Amino acid sequence: MPDESYLTVTGLSRHFDISEPLLARMVSGRAKRILKAVDDVSFSIAKGQTYALVGESGSGKSTIARMIVGLERPDSGTIRIDGKTAFDTQSGPSQDNSLRQKLQMVFQSPYSSLNPRWRVGDILMEPIRAFGLISDQAAQQRRVRELLDQVGLSASDAERFPHEFSGGQRQRISIARALASNPHFIVCDEPTSALDVSVQAQVLNLLKQLQRDLQLTYLFISHDMAVVRVMAHRIGVLKDGQLIEENEPGALIESPRQPYTRMLMDSTPRFAGGAG
Amino acid sequence: MTAPLLKVDGLSVEFPQRRQRLQALDGISFTLDAGEVLGFVGESGAGKSLTGAAIMGLLEPPGRITAGSIALEGRRIEADAAAVRGREIGMIFQDPLTSLNPLRTVGDQLVETIQLHLNLSGEAAEARAAQLLEEVGIDPARRSAFPHEFSGGMRQRIVIALALAPEPKLIIADEPTTALDVSIQAQVLALLRRLCKERGAAVILITHDMGVIAETTDRVAVLYAGRLVEEGKTARVIAAPRHPYTRGLMASTPNLDTVSVDTILPQIPGSMPGLSALPDGCRFHPRCDVAMPDCSCVAPVFADGVACHKYAAEQAGEAKNAG
Repeated sequence: MPDESYLTVTGLSRHFDISEPLLARMVSGRAKRILKAVDDVSFSIAKGQTYALVGESGSGKSTIARMIVGLERPDSGTIRIDGKTAFDTQSGPSQDNSLRQKLQMVFQSPYSSLNPRWRVGDILMEPIRAFGLISDQAAQQRRVRELLDQVGLSASDAERFPHEFSGGQRQRISIARALASNPHFIVCDEPTSALDVSVQAQVLNLLKQLQRDLQLTYLFISHDMAVVRVMAHRIGVLKDGQLIEENEPGALIESPRQPYTRMLMDSTPRFAGGAG
Repeated sequence: MTAPLLKVDGLSVEFPQRRQRLQALDGISFTLDAGEVLGFVGESGAGKSLTGAAIMGLLEPPGRITAGSIALEGRRIEADAAAVRGREIGMIFQDPLTSLNPLRTVGDQLVETIQLHLNLSGEAAEARAAQLLEEVGIDPARRSAFPHEFSGGMRQRIVIALALAPEPKLIIADEPTTALDVSIQAQVLALLRRLCKERGAAVILITHDMGVIAETTDRVAVLYAGRLVEEGKTARVIAAPRHPYTRGLMASTPNLDTVSVDTILPQIPGSMPGLSALPDGCRFHPRCDVAMPDCSCVAPVFADGVACHKYAAEQAGEAKNAG
């Protein structure tokens, strides 16, 4: 186990009631049906490292991501971030605002996760103002320019609208917005699956560079084993809401213990000329 | 020498706009033989889906073919593709749920397709439908089930059965597995390839995934910004790509067996230009790391399986040295 863990999740569960309406159930005599979207999942992420969750659609990986950032409420379990309790079953979500500031998310679709009516400068300013990080206006502007520079965009882009950018550039804006509150931890939910491969490489390299420069900790969600291997220091494999296997990438990929993990890898299309 | 199954020559497609005409495809030429699987690869907006749509006569107005010809077994079809669509050219789209009628059972949809194209009695069509379901790995007993009762992979199998029902000579599959999980993707691609090989039907497989190309196709055509930049046997293109874009596309695809957390992926700078801002000369030159002065003003000629000034110059140099 890594010595210093930044995020620890213990016994996390989220169940959805997918049964028929009560009356129909009484008439037909059928029992309640519960979908265990996330079922007793525990893992921890070492500081400054990337933990990847991989699995197919419906495996519960996005639900875990949403519970960690507080977009969805777990039914049970504990989430500890940087030594503080962000959620536990008894007391519910923590009201500590500083936790929220340390924790940001980059979503899959750079098309639906940016407000189309806001200029990029305003999008980046929002977290700075919401958390009251910088009060001086000139300093706010300087911070926006610095953020744009960090993700490889130019200062003049602050005046433009999201629709003027390509998919890859929009994902850079999403990353800049996530960085605006000086987070320690970013949840990346399939950040490149809507992008073309040449642009995917740009965004993955940028995320890795930012991790080095800013000592960020990532939770990286993906269905693509090859992308996960590029990003992760540790990989967890999810199937039907359960974490079925967890290991370092080399060991997991070369000698998976679960047949499901091996099947995931065997079905990844590959060819001799790829990067690496 | 008989005519190839499909011959596309100098195909150009334009979208007229109020102020300008956007040229979406520019002089695409290729041929396809019976039983062959040809892959079209490129990034979004490269024109791969549009090439498929142009062949099937499914261009959305105001898009139109402005030059070039499309011939199926020597017959020109570009003026009236509706006559061959479905019957001689089958189609498989990305999302199986929108390709199927949600209100009719899959068996009824198969029987309808079979009777529309083949002159069969109701009983014979029923038997044929059952046989097709069997072939794509679905229990014929489920002929009375509706599309929503199947999983995504099963639905795409049903779409394959529908496309194969009239025994077409060519199947155009546009990103058929992009909406599916990887484990299902491998099964569906293997099924499509096997069934087409058995029947001698040719396949155009449109995808953005080099890995899918490598595992499924016999030949590959690489598109960039509406032009064909490279074409050749899949094994040759993957072992020795000639166009810098093909090289970049392959290099930036992470390979599961060799990457690690310390890998910095080679990347192509920038992104593909939009149709309203196409650069002069070679359309790839602003992103190219081996661009020469000529590249920014003269469009490269497609020769020897590639359209690249640099490659042509190198070949000419080698020929001179050898001579």
